[in-house]
Amino acid sequence: MGSMARNSLGREVPTEVWGMKFNAFKGAYASKPRAGFQKAAPLKCVLPGENKVLPSLEESIKKCGIEDGDTLSFHHHFRSGDFVLNKVFDEIAKLGIKDIELSPSSLHPIHKQVIPYIEQGIITRISGSTNGPIGEAVSCGVLADPVILRSHGGRARAIMDGELSIDAAFLAATAADEYGNMNGTSGPNACGALGYAMMDARYAKNVVAVTDNLVKYPLTPISIPQTNVDYVVKIDCIGNPEGIVSTTTKITTDPLRLRIAKQTAQLIEASGLMKDGLSLQTGAGGISLAATYYVANIMRQKKIVGSFGSGGITGYFVEMLKEGLLKNLFDVQCFDLIAAKSIGENRNHIEISAEFYASPHTKGCIVNMLDVGILGATEVDTDFNVNVATEADGRLLHGIGGHQDVAAGAKLSIVTLPLIRGRLPSVVDRVMTVTTPGETIDAIITERGIAINPMNHELLETVMKNNPHLHLCTIEELNEKCKRLVGMPEPIEFHDKIIGVVEYRDGTLLDVVWQPKLPK
Amino acid sequence: MMEDKRKRLRRTMLFLPGNNPGILQNAALFGADCVILDLEDSVSPSEKLAARNLVRHALESVEFGDVEKVVRVNATTTPFFRQDLEMIRARPDAIMLPKVNSAQDIIDFDNLASSIEEEEGIQNGSTGLVPIIETAQGVLNVWEIARASSRIVALNFGAEDFSASVGCQRTKEGDEIFHARNATVLAAAAIGADAIDTVFIDVDDEKGLIEDTQLAKKLGMTGKAVIHPRQLDPIHLVFAPTAKEIEHAKRVVAALREAKEKGSGVASLDRRMIDAPVAARAKRVLELAVAMNLIDDNDEKDKKEIQGGGA
Amino acid sequence: MELRNAGSAGTLESSDIMITLHPKTDEGIEIVLESPAKQQFGKAINTTITETLMGLGIHSALVEAKDRGALDCTIKARVETAAMRAAGLDNLEVYP
Repeated sequence: MGSMARNSLGREVPTEVWGMKFNAFKGAYASKPRAGFQKAAPLKCVLPGENKVLPSLEESIKKCGIEDGDTLSFHHHFRSGDFVLNKVFDEIAKLGIKDIELSPSSLHPIHKQVIPYIEQGIITRISGSTNGPIGEAVSCGVLADPVILRSHGGRARAIMDGELSIDAAFLAATAADEYGNMNGTSGPNACGALGYAMMDARYAKNVVAVTDNLVKYPLTPISIPQTNVDYVVKIDCIGNPEGIVSTTTKITTDPLRLRIAKQTAQLIEASGLMKDGLSLQTGAGGISLAATYYVANIMRQKKIVGSFGSGGITGYFVEMLKEGLLKNLFDVQCFDLIAAKSIGENRNHIEISAEFYASPHTKGCIVNMLDVGILGATEVDTDFNVNVATEADGRLLHGIGGHQDVAAGAKLSIVTLPLIRGRLPSVVDRVMTVTTPGETIDAIITERGIAINPMNHELLETVMKNNPHLHLCTIEELNEKCKRLVGMPEPIEFHDKIIGVVEYRDGTLLDVVWQPKLPK
Repeated sequence: MMEDKRKRLRRTMLFLPGNNPGILQNAALFGADCVILDLEDSVSPSEKLAARNLVRHALESVEFGDVEKVVRVNATTTPFFRQDLEMIRARPDAIMLPKVNSAQDIIDFDNLASSIEEEEGIQNGSTGLVPIIETAQGVLNVWEIARASSRIVALNFGAEDFSASVGCQRTKEGDEIFHARNATVLAAAAIGADAIDTVFIDVDDEKGLIEDTQLAKKLGMTGKAVIHPRQLDPIHLVFAPTAKEIEHAKRVVAALREAKEKGSGVASLDRRMIDAPVAARAKRVLELAVAMNLIDDNDEKDKKEIQGGGA
Repeated sequence: MELRNAGSAGTLESSDIMITLHPKTDEGIEIVLESPAKQQFGKAINTTITETLMGLGIHSALVEAKDRGALDCTIKARVETAAMRAAGLDNLEVYP
């Protein structure tokens, strides 16, 4: 193992990963861009009369000149309904290409099909996230090199500064024309915004549009323009619509989760941010949706008009837009069909790129303007650090998502989670893996109490003044309650191998993931 | 001491199935004023033993905070009743006794409870009692029942079993239970205990729940039994005094205080004498408002007045 | 308390634990535990089961435990109920 450095959270992190030098995390707002200029895509030339449409994925791989050791990327707008990633690797394997760096914007359970390719050395590096089965495989040490975990904003930044240099991006499109204009809103299997794909399209050395819906030129509206696309491939089926978007995302009905959601709305109200111009981002989980519901109720009562909602968009936000509770929606990805349809129908439902959404090294991303962010977590610790990536037994099963970005940008970043899940504690002394640093988290809300980060004195004073009846306690008290309920867990044991590194959105290293000793 | 027990907030009493550990461990978190850990109707006969053990351990280790802990035992005529009473050893705040027909049921319970309390070194009479009036006999005998023990902190009227006992149809409008509700309210008021209205079965009908609760409040019920946490907020809202009521109550209390300071025997407000019922009602309104956090800290004086006993 | 037959209590619902007790000829409490939190809390769960059995005067038993995230109070209750059923008792005569 190479040399390690201690970062400002006291975590030991490597100084070099994949042959690249990395700095240790020294604060959420401390680091500047690593390079002076953006790392641009190569200049290309397509002359009049030249044809971009290729007969197969295999052809496109050859035409892109993909070789051993290259970096391939994909977007995750099709979530676990995506067929493209798997099909591309089937072809890569057949062509005998190996040692590929797989760097999609995120991985999903359906991608477990490529696990044999990992085992065979066809895929030797992974960046972005892990998920489910691939995470299980990674947790068993199947890769020699660690996975580099990045947030959505961090990935955008890495693409722009060259840390993530993509040789070929295979971008699934619900509709594309022969020249490569793409969008995610036309066609029978619409997925909505293509915010993550936009990055890859602008910066990858080669871009291949993969569609099962080749339409007559020109396709409009245009999310990804023809000027970014090298080739277009039509295949039979790019994905399973049921896996692409859920038909509905559902609010929780669990009374305790509803309690958490209600308290979230009450905290937001007590913070003083609940006024005209409010901007809001929430996840798509049951508690987040319920919190949105309660916030909307208060906004209706007080006749408040919010300025925007952002992030991954659900039908609930679309309803708020239609009702006039929110003036705009900035959408980087759609979680359900209602959101996907709304982009075409509502002028103020705007598709944005991952860079606009969350990259820290730009002239200002949208999370910088956020008032409130509502996030989840697997566990949090008494320093308010958050872990969303590793499970209690040490397995690396998830990615970071937009967590770091929203937490860093929002004036009020709230983590909601049940205090215990079964017998597993959520508020611990020290999280297994830091994926978001505590200095960016303002409040943690559980069904048994709300803890406000003591670093944010102003918030604490304001909240106590405005609503003295909120069930406030210290994070230590929540930690104690956890211990009283479940007892002290035995520590997890680890092998001597690093299977993942957690990159902060600015490119510094936040933490590492050691390979857990798992029971047979 | 029963005075104190009678005084607490009992707007909602939430039934929780005694054989469900996931729910029991969260008993104090649903937002109800009281929780009823149920050994009766929600537990099948083969699981009564299992439920007893779960409830006993829940009473011993779950942090209930300010939430009142009540255990509904099986009726005296069942084979389960005697062992259910052992729950008293785990110190619930009160036992809820179903299908009470006569004062004798209460006296029998009282004696059994006292002997268990003595064995445990618990103060005699400290375990409260909530009889459920849910039979024709129970309604007819409610006054004798209410007077039969100082353990009684509340009377609960149960319409479902009552209508079965009488043989009438159970309706949302509640005509068939009108008298029974009134009778329960009267008896409870006469002994200074809470009157807890029957459950509203249709969990999805929030409008119906609110109407039913408003009617119950109008009749003098001080709380309602609940079968699902989503019913709690609407019921609390119905029992909350309005801003107008609070304002008026404050003025009454202020006038009373003024009269007391002046040494005058009679207080008046808006050129009307404040008689005992008006004063009592004002005091109740403010007590409820304080308990529901509807009065803010500017009203420390009023709060102290109420908590100290007032006029 | 003496175990006469196999006795079982609890369900596979979330936050519960299914306990099945079998009488054993040789001394000692043997526990076969299945739990999603086995690594972190397996030891604690086994201790709770053992202590509860010992408290009932049971020093020899084979325990099958299928845990779904139960807290200690639930584990104790389920062990007691399974024991009472295995001992053919309807109730505990003495409050433990």
